[in-house]
Amino acid sequence: MSVIINISRRDFLKTGALIGGGLILGVFPRYEEAPGEEAATFAPNAFIRIGTDGIVTVVVNKSEMGQGVYTSLPMVVADELEADWSTIRIEPAPVDPAYNHTVWGIQGTGGSTSTWSTWDQLRKAGAAARVMLIQAAAEIWGVDPLSCKAENGFVIHPETKKQLPYGKLTEKAARMCVPQDVPLKKPEKYKIIGKPVKRLDTPDKVMGKAVFGIDVKVPDMLTAVVERCPVFGGKLKSFSDKKAKAVAGVRSVVQIPTGVAVVADNFWSAKLGRDVLETVWDEGPLSGFDTKKQRSDYAALAKRPGTAARKEGDAEDALSKAKKRISAEYEVPYLAHATMEPLNAVIDFREDGCDIWTGTQFQTVDRNSAAEVLGLKPEQVRLHTTLLGGGFGRRANPHSDFVTEAAHVAKAVKKPVKVMWTREDDIRGGYYRPMWYDRIAACLDGNGKPIAWRHTVVGQSIIAGTAFEKMLVQEGVDETSVEGAKDIPYDIPNILVDLHSPKYPITVQWWRSVGHSHTAFVVETFIDELAQAAGKDPYEFRRSLLSKDPRRKALLELVAQKAGWGSVLPAGHGRGIAVHKSFGSYVAQVAEVSISREGEVRVHKVVCAVDCGRIVNPDTIEAQMESGIAFGLSAALFSEITFNKGRVAQSNFHDYQLMRINHMPVVEVHIMPSEEKSGGIGEPGVPPVAPAVANAVFAVTGKRMRRLPIRAEDLKRAEAV
Amino acid sequence: MISLDVNGKTYNIDVGPEAPLLWVIREHLGLSGTKFGCGMALCGACTVHIDGKATRSCQTPVKDAAGKKITTIEGIPDDHPVKKAWIEDEVPQCGYCQPGQIMEAVALLKENPNPGDDDIDNVMSGNLCRCGTYQRIRRSIHSASKMMAEGGKS
Ligand code: FES
Ligand code: FES
Repeated sequence: MSVIINISRRDFLKTGALIGGGLILGVFPRYEEAPGEEAATFAPNAFIRIGTDGIVTVVVNKSEMGQGVYTSLPMVVADELEADWSTIRIEPAPVDPAYNHTVWGIQGTGGSTSTWSTWDQLRKAGAAARVMLIQAAAEIWGVDPLSCKAENGFVIHPETKKQLPYGKLTEKAARMCVPQDVPLKKPEKYKIIGKPVKRLDTPDKVMGKAVFGIDVKVPDMLTAVVERCPVFGGKLKSFSDKKAKAVAGVRSVVQIPTGVAVVADNFWSAKLGRDVLETVWDEGPLSGFDTKKQRSDYAALAKRPGTAARKEGDAEDALSKAKKRISAEYEVPYLAHATMEPLNAVIDFREDGCDIWTGTQFQTVDRNSAAEVLGLKPEQVRLHTTLLGGGFGRRANPHSDFVTEAAHVAKAVKKPVKVMWTREDDIRGGYYRPMWYDRIAACLDGNGKPIAWRHTVVGQSIIAGTAFEKMLVQEGVDETSVEGAKDIPYDIPNILVDLHSPKYPITVQWWRSVGHSHTAFVVETFIDELAQAAGKDPYEFRRSLLSKDPRRKALLELVAQKAGWGSVLPAGHGRGIAVHKSFGSYVAQVAEVSISREGEVRVHKVVCAVDCGRIVNPDTIEAQMESGIAFGLSAALFSEITFNKGRVAQSNFHDYQLMRINHMPVVEVHIMPSEEKSGGIGEPGVPPVAPAVANAVFAVTGKRMRRLPIRAEDLKRAEAV
Repeated sequence: MISLDVNGKTYNIDVGPEAPLLWVIREHLGLSGTKFGCGMALCGACTVHIDGKATRSCQTPVKDAAGKKITTIEGIPDDHPVKKAWIEDEVPQCGYCQPGQIMEAVALLKENPNPGDDDIDNVMSGNLCRCGTYQRIRRSIHSASKMMAEGGKS
């Protein structure tokens, strides 16, 4: 039984309403040609298709990885279109310039940009279609289009009480010119935008019917796993496939640039084959490398001036003259994204073309990379985006690592093949959030006001060596390394933020909230240290320094009020606060913690306030805040990637630990009403939680936690200050 | 040949006795609702019921499941209170861990129809969710429990 419904796409559209929760998964059977449009289908632009049955298909050009775009983007279209929400279906976009990111110029999902970057585009798409449908009805009735209105999937002529459903207007509307510059709805007229609309992808996900990349099956498909060098930067010297080939079900063993692929009839055979594969590696420059050594190298580097990212006044001078100087060093480890669905890609490569099915955030890059490996033109490669079992940035790889590798396997085996990663492959597969080491110093005047702030950041650039270098590395500074540090909002007259970007063969990449995942921890914990040095309340101290950022100040006030800042807590409990801006949105959090008898941090509650500007789906915002907090808590309390003898020390969830339900605090989310431009929502919930927890630990224990994850041994060892 | 009873259907399959039940379910039977997350009984994505007990299929050799009653996410009725509550409370995000969560929750409620938060945390702590849907999982188990008490089917 195949998980792919083996009917043509056109039939698929017709029968879409009958399938599951109405979610159409655009998974094509092999060799099927892209369909032409039926004459009666109304498709005024790349995003909307209305059939004679009244079904409105919204083509979504963003990848659904849990953040809710398969619902929030159709909501925007449907509202302007005045569609009946129950007629909405979704189809993942194919790769086409029409679906490029409006800012990046390539097709992709990330940077918490999906809502704001499509906001105008999708509203205009919906409005144009609405105007055309009204026009079509007016022509049929011989009335002035201005005397008609659209509502809930119908065009209505109130005077005569005539009405026609959209499905009856498609043929006529399809022959009309697409109008430019149609009027958009006023926000107070929104019926869907801003409401807690239920996600369209939920029922399939609950029934076990949702199709992720790992679930894709095509006829005659083989399955492969790849043995890669255990040390980053190493190379294959030799291998013997004798034992692997003797395993039942193993079809072939092929060398590819990243290692050796064992190809079999099914996953288990491939895995057993790989278990007995014999490989010899030249381990390269990282042979013998370990995290301790790297850490001391970083600490030494942090003492030297780096490339300036922000310089205001003369921080060095002010610090050298200061009477009261506070300094600290912070560190955070490499982290794996550890999406629940391990990486995978299915590739069906033929002489004349190729189909790829994968859960990706980076369609254009992946398609082009695969085309290059396979010697095809990009247009000959059709990439089908499945649902993603988590992304967090891992599935937006600037080098298309998992797709390129699968293309090499496909090229070698000349049969449809699914390349799968085990959890061990995933944890050890690199493209980590970099390890960071931060050295920071500040001084206060006699009234406890900060006079100078110097922050030196040390860590690998995730952008260097990628196609994004020109855009994101400015005068030697990778903007993503210092985001959230360079733009500290507090009133401090002398500021210096500088950066060292040492190079290592360990591959690094954006990881949910990118640079903010470490800068918020450093800045928002250190500002607490300054408050303490000034003898002030951490909330009041921040508040007094936000004269230039009223939006942040208002949010801070909201979270303090909602959390009952200053009110009495049970004995042994303490609160910590943090506020951070990232991806155009502000998030403030108050964490309540205690220390368990075993000496572990228990987070009981996180009160979260968010100002992300104008909102589309409040329930999604709440869910993304809960999600970001859980993700941030994994990093704050549990996860780290370290190296020992050049090898990643962790391998699976026993030693790369993630937050589990028994550690999940109660999360309370408050959305600040706002008419500002929308910001992102997938990532901004992550950064403030680690500092809020570290500050709460200080409130309980008087001990500063300056490295993540917070370990029981650090809690024991650290001196109370 | 191994004979398996999955969701009330009998399958005879030609597979080695040591192959994990997970892969047999996914690849031989084509029931892809049961997910692979770790292969080491650490995440719960592969949870199925064997004779009513929540079991990690990634660590169950297929021979051990032969002759027993196996239920996967596809075998839980669409109108089961847990599935209904999951939809009502909008639990899933990426959705990948959810079949495993639901299978675990169904088994939990069978054992303990009215669990407290601690009971839920105890039983569900073997099921990872990288998207952090835990708060909703708790809420949803409570609502399913209520639904069942009020006479919904289980
Ligand atoms: S896949 Fe079985 S517990 Fe993770
Ligand atoms: S919903 Fe994504 S892992 Fe649980």
